[in-house]
Amino acid sequence: MTNKMAGEIGVIVLFSCCLAIAICNVQQQYREKGRSVAVTQTSGMPWPMPKQMTVTTIQRILDVGSFQFLVSSSTQRCDIIDEAFVRYRKYIFGNDDRTLKFKTNRKPRHGSIDQEAYLDTLQINIASGCDGYPSEESNEAYTLMISQDASTATINANEVWGALRGLETFSQLVYQNDMGLAVINATIINDAPRFQHRGLLLDTSRHFLSLDILKENLELMAQNKFNVFHWHIVDDQSFPYESYYFPDMSRKGAYSVRHVYTHSDVKEIIEFARVRGIRVIPEYDSPGHSQSWGLAITNLLTKCYKDGQLSGDFGPIDPSVNSTFQFLQNFFLEISQVFPDKFIHLGGDEVPFDCWESNPDITSFMTMMGYGKNYALLEEYYMQRLIDIVQGLNKGYMIWQEVIDNGAKVAPDTIVHIWKGGYQDELTKVTKLGYNAVLSAPWYLNYISYGSDWRNYYQVEPLNFNGTDAQKALVIGGETCMWGEYVDNTNLIPRMWPRAASVGERLWSPMEVNSADAATSRLEEHRCRLLKRGFPVQPVNGPGFCSVEL
Amino acid sequence: MAVSKFGIFIFCHIHILSLTTANSKDGYDRYKALLPKTQGMPWPLPFQMTSSEDQLFIDKDRFVFNLDQRCDILSYAFKRYTDIIFGADDSTVSQTKRFSNRNAHQKTVFEFAIPRPLRDDDVVTALHVDVQGQCMDDEYPSLQSDESYNLQINPNGFATLDAKQVWGALRGLETFSQLIYNNDDGAFVINVTSITDKPRFQHRGILLDSSRHFLSVNVLKKNLDVMAMNKINVFHWHIVDGTSFPYESYTFPDMSAMSAYTRKEVYSQEDIKDLIEYARLRGIRIIPEFDSPGHSESWGPANPGLLTKCFTAGKWDGSFGPIDPSSNITYPFLTQFFTEISQVFKDQYIHLGGDEVSFDCWKSNPDVNAFMTRMGFPNDYSKLEEYYMTKLLQIVDSAKRNYIIWQEVVDNNVTVAANTVVEVWKGEYQKEMAAVTAKGYKVLLSSPWYLDYISYGKDWYKYYLADPQDFNGTQEQYDLVMGGEACLWGEFVDDTNVLSRLWPRASPIAERLWSPIGTFDVKSAEMRLDEHRCRMVKRGYPAQPIDGPGFCPHEFVQK
Repeated sequence: MTNKMAGEIGVIVLFSCCLAIAICNVQQQYREKGRSVAVTQTSGMPWPMPKQMTVTTIQRILDVGSFQFLVSSSTQRCDIIDEAFVRYRKYIFGNDDRTLKFKTNRKPRHGSIDQEAYLDTLQINIASGCDGYPSEESNEAYTLMISQDASTATINANEVWGALRGLETFSQLVYQNDMGLAVINATIINDAPRFQHRGLLLDTSRHFLSLDILKENLELMAQNKFNVFHWHIVDDQSFPYESYYFPDMSRKGAYSVRHVYTHSDVKEIIEFARVRGIRVIPEYDSPGHSQSWGLAITNLLTKCYKDGQLSGDFGPIDPSVNSTFQFLQNFFLEISQVFPDKFIHLGGDEVPFDCWESNPDITSFMTMMGYGKNYALLEEYYMQRLIDIVQGLNKGYMIWQEVIDNGAKVAPDTIVHIWKGGYQDELTKVTKLGYNAVLSAPWYLNYISYGSDWRNYYQVEPLNFNGTDAQKALVIGGETCMWGEYVDNTNLIPRMWPRAASVGERLWSPMEVNSADAATSRLEEHRCRLLKRGFPVQPVNGPGFCSVEL
Repeated sequence: MAVSKFGIFIFCHIHILSLTTANSKDGYDRYKALLPKTQGMPWPLPFQMTSSEDQLFIDKDRFVFNLDQRCDILSYAFKRYTDIIFGADDSTVSQTKRFSNRNAHQKTVFEFAIPRPLRDDDVVTALHVDVQGQCMDDEYPSLQSDESYNLQINPNGFATLDAKQVWGALRGLETFSQLIYNNDDGAFVINVTSITDKPRFQHRGILLDSSRHFLSVNVLKKNLDVMAMNKINVFHWHIVDGTSFPYESYTFPDMSAMSAYTRKEVYSQEDIKDLIEYARLRGIRIIPEFDSPGHSESWGPANPGLLTKCFTAGKWDGSFGPIDPSSNITYPFLTQFFTEISQVFKDQYIHLGGDEVSFDCWKSNPDVNAFMTRMGFPNDYSKLEEYYMTKLLQIVDSAKRNYIIWQEVVDNNVTVAANTVVEVWKGEYQKEMAAVTAKGYKVLLSSPWYLDYISYGKDWYKYYLADPQDFNGTQEQYDLVMGGEACLWGEFVDDTNVLSRLWPRASPIAERLWSPIGTFDVKSAEMRLDEHRCRMVKRGYPAQPIDGPGFCPHEFVQK
């Protein structure tokens, strides 16, 4: 059947062809009044744009009462997909009075609508099983066929992770036609991500974020095909992670007992992410950004001196004492057990040297090691030992770019995270050294400004740097970052979305999908779609409205 | 700053007793970086306030508000503030540590150990409210409302709130609610305090724009709640604009039928009544803005002939410009329309807009030019604007309403009635304030307070430090300053983000407009503002963090 359809439509065309058709679906009625309205919206166009997509104008109708989802895989059951069906039924048809916006499209037995116009079933075929955790090697590719006449639409995927992405796309293709019916256009999609690592960083140290908000954000990540939650869980300001081995760290380092992620909270987040095909990579940043660690772990932080006296202040973690590494061994053993992902983010950014410089014990250690006054070597020594510990735990690791900038030599499979200005040069440098790179520098969403700033994020091309093809192949993706200085439960979701969607498309869709003008109407539909699903996603394109407001 | 010229004696002795840092742990850097919050300090700062370190307990179970007259506004307020004060539990403290009713007849037993024997006179059991004037059921707040009050929390636990009018009593109740905090044991306490308070400016407004994006009645009500928490007393409702017309007119129902975004993005007459009443109970005036002759494209579809047809190369190009001052239908329409508006909205003032009138379309239209020649002001488009505005103001005058207009009307040398209020919104506002007041008009300031312009970091400092009387002028000119407004235009704002974007960024403006001249100490304000932000969060409003890393004891939970 699928071959037949492809034959009818002809050659599968590239993604860009669909846009002309989409414009037919733009909501026209409110533009005809001759006033300066508002950005237009597409209907039933997906975000991010698939790799290849052919859309026809033939509408198939979905019946809320009888539409069914089916899955087959090599394993007997597929919990991930079963759970996803519950979610997507809700997203497609609504599950209460507020979201149920489609008329009950009860299939007429002797009605005026042609029986063949109905699409009855979405069949998902997964080649392999559907257990386990998403990983850096997950295959997220899928194909989606909605033919002009067959009663069943099909998603084919090698892995469950691709099936999840396809299901999201399917749900986005459904829209409400002029008669209020849930419809989907006959469409063929062949999709796969451009970059493997498509991440989003949240910072729960500067301000605490509740579990509900973290989950809401994961839900939105899935709807934008993000697959990595980079959890900057602790920092100088607070230590909300409740450690098994070192419970005093959150007892003393959290803002309060209410600002803590318990073991079960962390498990819950990891599972919530897993069933959405999202990896959770925790960051335990050291040797800087670790003031909050020191409250419970005595002698971990460097004591700073002033005029030959202890100043009472503390600096980065003290690499000159063995107890430091004993602690790190135990701590990261726990982390490697709690977080199932292969990767841990080890930080390593913004290490100030002044406290180390002030401390006489550090100075003697430096002399003993033959480092002289070169504190970069001390940092390298620390990072090397930390990395050895983490490698010993069979984990991979990410680090911020400074570790490399300061000349530390790290293992060849290290992922270097680029966040500072001049990122093109840095990409050249890091990939020349043969490291994998993840780009964040242009996507710091905590920096806000007036207007449609998503266009800037959208127009970044991650591979626009000087380097060979081999170097460019080392760029495994990017992450958008929402640092927490000015963000908490009150404003995270609207501030993040749909601005992060812009980055979501950049990392998923083909390089050629790069015109912000062309994306505007589709993004507007996407924002309204997320709003309709119940998420407070803010306006980013000037005056306008959604058919369903929050 | 011109402020020093006033030389008004300000008694504002504040004993900041409660600078206990909420995180007083070891002397680590990170804690130095975190701001301490005050406890039980009000925002905006009262005119005069003295408080001591003596804490009194508030007995949650016995506490009542007493009033010696029947007054609906205050009855509702007492109910509201009882919930506000005692509603959100401090869940860090286990229930057993707090007050409990062991015996119904013998109330107020403290189960936990307290440092000294508890006597009844350590406990506040009532706030005795006295309003001098008669409280009327159909009373609306106005520009003349007296919002002054006197609040005494005496060492013996006797607490009084005296006000001339119910509006002052409302402000005093808010202050009273803010003085109460939870001590380390989670008990409700208040410090012995004496406050004499009154606003510096009579008009303290917030502008929301429901045309660029629709705002639901529910969110507008939440915003009125937060306005009351910040003693802001005017909701300037920029209800319609070129982009959409959500106001459902009973005289011209087609206006919203044709020009609202959809049927759902409409304020019915019922909605408007509901909001006016909701605002009234909180001592807030609603001043609607129906902006013309520009910003009115959405008025056109239902009223053919109202808007100017724009011409290109001698032909109508299909587009419309400002309202057509030469059209026959214009003034009969305006008369009917503003008659309705003056009946629907209770406030003495209507905002008539008048900003950003583009002359291009008028210039292009041969009928408009013929009219101008006939009227004897060919090619003088300011005169045409003046002609329009003068007629509009006459219409509103005969509807017995006063009006506010944006500064351009005066900038374009339109002569307006002497009692016109001019709202200044453009750059170089000091010059404009001086110019407008030199002409003898009353003035409102908005320029430095456009909160739709967002930027990274602590942008509230600049809002806090702007002052409406900071311009070169005489005392007479300063006296013409009625206050100011914070504006949150709607291009990038809707239900999803309006509250978190507005609050607490509008709070510094609220303090500027309420608190005495010279309240400029940003550092001490910051500690109070952080408490105030957490207070808003605790009461259930998503006021965002604006002072860098930190936390609130009760983080925001979406209801």
